[in-house]
Amino acid sequence: MAETSLLQTLLDAPYVSRFGIEMHLSGDELTGVLPFRDDIVGNPLIPALHGGAVGAFLEVVAAASLITSQELSRLPKPINVAIDYLRPARAHDVFARAQVARSGRRVANVRVEAWQGRRGKPVATLHGHFLIAPALRGGSGE
Amino acid sequence: MTPERQTFLNQLAELLVDGSPHASALGLTHEEVGEGSAVMRAPYKAELIGDPETGVLHGGVVTALLDHVCGLAAFTGFGGEDMPATLDLRIDYMRPAKPGLDIIAEAVCLRSHGLVAVVRATAHDGDADDPVATAQAAFMITRASKEAQERAERSIQRGESLG
Repeated sequence: MAETSLLQTLLDAPYVSRFGIEMHLSGDELTGVLPFRDDIVGNPLIPALHGGAVGAFLEVVAAASLITSQELSRLPKPINVAIDYLRPARAHDVFARAQVARSGRRVANVRVEAWQGRRGKPVATLHGHFLIAPALRGGSGE
Repeated sequence: MTPERQTFLNQLAELLVDGSPHASALGLTHEEVGEGSAVMRAPYKAELIGDPETGVLHGGVVTALLDHVCGLAAFTGFGGEDMPATLDLRIDYMRPAKPGLDIIAEAVCLRSHGLVAVVRATAHDGDADDPVATAQAAFMITRASKEAQERAERSIQRGESLG
């Protein structure tokens, strides 16, 4: 399966399309966008986005970064994730970029950072491990 | 716990779950709430599937459910006055949830001291001994949450609806 089609599979998943999550690929740099919508608000009194919505978005960006940085035969599966909430995420769009810290034959370690107005003021970070299945390539073995 | 206190906590839990747009969008409901504990449910919905091939719910639903149920346990663990904000949330995914089944999450506030509360939670799809995921989270009373709480109390006193 080609890289782009697996990314499309990820984006077409009902949950991901339900909340309008977008991925913008500039060369090999991937930026995820969680567009602001009323139904991602967690606490309407502040108002602040739901920690779960932000965390889920970071998981999607982590998976997307694995798909776009190498050829995989299926969607990555999360083993564990740790999310740090640095600031309240306000009622605006959220952006995120991921860095694949290590990618082996079965497990990858990914770090993701999310921000809103200013890149230098992240609202949340995630690091997590994912089970991956690299596509077999003739002869190379890895 | 007195019946009056339980009624009060139930009303607060209703406000904190039904009053949260994201929780409503996912269909999250609260099942039980006690002093420093909470149980919530995420219904199986086709629109929340993460992997169309298997029909398994997206991990994000589990994330939101665990965040919310931990927040509720932290809230009552703090005494039920200020709505705390999540400092961090760590989730270990044990196995995929079974397609078609609701996910139930149970959270216990291990300790709340001063401004910080530590909560542990388990998510399962029917058998608590065979969890889908476990989580540990830390919560904190922040200035933003305190101010929001005060606004909420004022509007409740005036008999207005929230949001």
